[in-house]
Amino acid sequence: MSRYCAPFAAGGPAEVDAALARRLLALALARGGDYADLFYEYDVSGSYAYEEGILKAAGRSVSAGLGVRVQKGDATGYAYVEDLSIEAMEHAARTAAQIADGGGAPEPVGLVAIDPASRYVVERLSLDLPGEDKRALLARADAAARAADSRVSRVEASFAEQVREILIATSDGLFVRDLQPLLRIGVRVIVEVDGKRQAGSSGGGGRTGWDYFAGKTPEDHAREAVRQALVMLDAREAPAGEMDVVLAPGDSGILLHEAVGHGLEADFNRKKTSNYSDRVGERVASELCTVVDDATLANSRGSINVDDEGRVPEQALLIEQGILRGYMQDRQSSAFFHVAPTGNGRRESFKSHPMPRMTNTLLYAGPHDPEEIVKSVERGVYASKFGGGQVDISNGDFVFSLTEGYLIEGGKLTAPLKGVNLIGNGPDVMRKVTMLGRDMELSDGIWTCGKEGQSVPVGVGCPTVKISGMTVGGTQIG
Amino acid sequence: MADHDSELIELGRRVVERARQKGADVAEAVVSEGSHLSTKVRLGEPELVEEAGSRALGLRVMLGQQVAVSYTSDLTDRGVERFVEDALELARLSQPDEHAGPPDPSLLSRREDHPELRLYDAAVGTVDAGTALAHAKAGEAAAREADARITNSEGATFTRAAGSKALVTSGGFAAASRGTYASLSVHPVADDADGKKRSGYYWTARRHLAELLPDADVGREAARRTLAKLGARKVETQECAVVFDPDVGRSILGLLAGCINGGAIWRRSSYLVDKLGERVASDLVTVTDDPLIAGGPGSRPFDGEGLASRRNVVVENGILKSYLLDTYAGRKLGMPSTASASRGASGGVGPSTTNFVLTPGAMSPEALLASTPRGLYVTEMMGFGFNAVTGDFSRGAAGFWIEGGEKTFPVSEVTISLNLHAMLEGIDAVADDLDLRTSVATPTFRVRAMTLAGR
Repeated sequence: MSRYCAPFAAGGPAEVDAALARRLLALALARGGDYADLFYEYDVSGSYAYEEGILKAAGRSVSAGLGVRVQKGDATGYAYVEDLSIEAMEHAARTAAQIADGGGAPEPVGLVAIDPASRYVVERLSLDLPGEDKRALLARADAAARAADSRVSRVEASFAEQVREILIATSDGLFVRDLQPLLRIGVRVIVEVDGKRQAGSSGGGGRTGWDYFAGKTPEDHAREAVRQALVMLDAREAPAGEMDVVLAPGDSGILLHEAVGHGLEADFNRKKTSNYSDRVGERVASELCTVVDDATLANSRGSINVDDEGRVPEQALLIEQGILRGYMQDRQSSAFFHVAPTGNGRRESFKSHPMPRMTNTLLYAGPHDPEEIVKSVERGVYASKFGGGQVDISNGDFVFSLTEGYLIEGGKLTAPLKGVNLIGNGPDVMRKVTMLGRDMELSDGIWTCGKEGQSVPVGVGCPTVKISGMTVGGTQIG
Repeated sequence: MADHDSELIELGRRVVERARQKGADVAEAVVSEGSHLSTKVRLGEPELVEEAGSRALGLRVMLGQQVAVSYTSDLTDRGVERFVEDALELARLSQPDEHAGPPDPSLLSRREDHPELRLYDAAVGTVDAGTALAHAKAGEAAAREADARITNSEGATFTRAAGSKALVTSGGFAAASRGTYASLSVHPVADDADGKKRSGYYWTARRHLAELLPDADVGREAARRTLAKLGARKVETQECAVVFDPDVGRSILGLLAGCINGGAIWRRSSYLVDKLGERVASDLVTVTDDPLIAGGPGSRPFDGEGLASRRNVVVENGILKSYLLDTYAGRKLGMPSTASASRGASGGVGPSTTNFVLTPGAMSPEALLASTPRGLYVTEMMGFGFNAVTGDFSRGAAGFWIEGGEKTFPVSEVTISLNLHAMLEGIDAVADDLDLRTSVATPTFRVRAMTLAGR
């Protein structure tokens, strides 16, 4: 039994049962709304920062609240409260109700509790483990980084944990709870030699418990951060201009997330503001490419048992052998497109309305030997580690920034390159995927996706990818 | 209103007292309260009306020199009790940090000395959902009516917000500050060749309602900016001059802000470590951080530790004069605080900027453009390609090609790269068009030469 329990849970001080939820939904629909939902959330987060050989800072945050949404046609009314008293919840329901201005309340249907199978079975929540365990974990990372190389001058190790308990009730009859754990370790080091300084970092985690560290230890992350910093210490200026790019498996899924992922979120396509609008059935990528959004992967950072509208997501097929098959849907968009919701309606917290969002976005493996892919490139860039990316939905232009990369010369990796941005156009780059490795990998759990000011945890995955021609934003011309 | 501030301060006092009773040597509580209304219109119809208010507590405690923070939005007695216990439990877990500690009480500012900074406008709170929707509708309509090539819209958003924050510390500081903010943004979409679309936007934001630009002006400017992007293309890879529009100039200045932050300096995570007194930019560059600008978006009467706000000159004619420090970063570096502490709602403290501004020059932006024979005029940047430790910079860019002192055609899908140190030293023109819409702001400026990667 956790020492942190949602106030709205059974037996809690502000218990919400189906009868109360139905009453609030009726209030939300009293002005004539078509649909209403209640989103209760209880979020407990912890953070630990180990620096200069001590646990320097520790913090905990507890927030809880209710978001009420009412839809009338394409319009959404939204209100939220942190105070879970009956009066405050009723006030929120009445505020959201005002998006509709008629009368004649449709009765919300009876609520049926569903209990989805868990994709993140965790034996013990890290939140319930003693703080000393977390301090010791970070001390191990610190010691390993310092021991790895004498040029390591600074080490910062951090641990973040979260448990998000949600309860969703909808006027079309869903009543569903979920408990979503999340943890993340990060190690960042600075190496210094002869006045030159460089940083390196490594991190990971997911919707998992302490057993994550049995597979990947704090020492693993520490050594990886040091390795990266030392490699980059000797990095040379990167080339500028269009050339072949080979992406390492795993984190390179960032490319996919930006190049096609966002453009396939259904809200943009419903509004026809995406360059993938009205293109289902058309070729949008090379036939090597099959792309899915998969919320079902065990313990992955982007996995969810239910989305934030109460739907159970399965695998959403987005692109099949280069042909666009469908979008990621939330409730509103799926009603527009007359398709089943894909369970991609997500929100940052009870303070935000849901939108179609990615979970774990994957590019499936292809037929090629990863080594052959590198050998096929006369001159180009090999991209290993990434700092993040961004896309302009309307025209498909996207960037992602490289934090570790190498020059490829004559089919071999030669010199490490300074961090650069790569820029391309989504459909254009996806058509230029000319080789795809057999080595599909899921990234370790570090990625957070932002959209319209809302952040949600996501996963990405892909094999080794060859893109025949992409613009590399270095400083060296020719 | 004063009563309202007193209520927040009173809540803060109770938290500080409770933490002290439970054994904290130092307790600092922040009580934050906010309310907002956000409305969005798309294609003339309401798309979203969101309204809410919230209140939360943040706490930093010290047991000797062991530090921890705690946050809660659960203000029930039970919730507050656990929130205080959490902070103390975590403080026992953390380890003594020789530089930790509150500011010297003699440095704390007094409530009666805090300047009136015009941060609050009662009129903002009077905007109801209907009025907000009407502003958004008018802005979007002006954009759509401006030109037949505007074929779609990502919508127009009108938002108003009000917030108060009270800080109470066991060192004897107790004060509150409040502010308002209103904004209108319009996002039209135009069709371009090859099935591509071009989206653009324009926005106005002020603390005072009456100072917002007229709805129609925002809409028309958004349409103009969107249409100007039609037919954008790549250019050849080359080295050329780069002119930064104020909309992107501020993100370049934001990178500098990260690198003169005391937290980055003591962590040796900035290329500007050990560079005080040295040349870090061309002599056209003077950068100040000034929390005392009346009505400024980043203005505040006191800092996150209760010190009186003051103007800091960070770079003067290209010479690095000061880092921005809170008490802790100051102690780590053997310097006094620059009153730059910022305290988040969650109780954590660190240095930050307030109104961080590149001082305008004497020439108009038109004259700056006219004096540029060829180069790239940047209006948008994408991505995160910056390494603060080395200063290496590389980002996606879009804008216009400059030939003979004029914008000739729109450019997209290129990157611009250069080390930030070289960029700042390469600034050879600064215009006079500073608009303090954002707390980090620059006029138009030009960098002599950067690497542009394209075709």
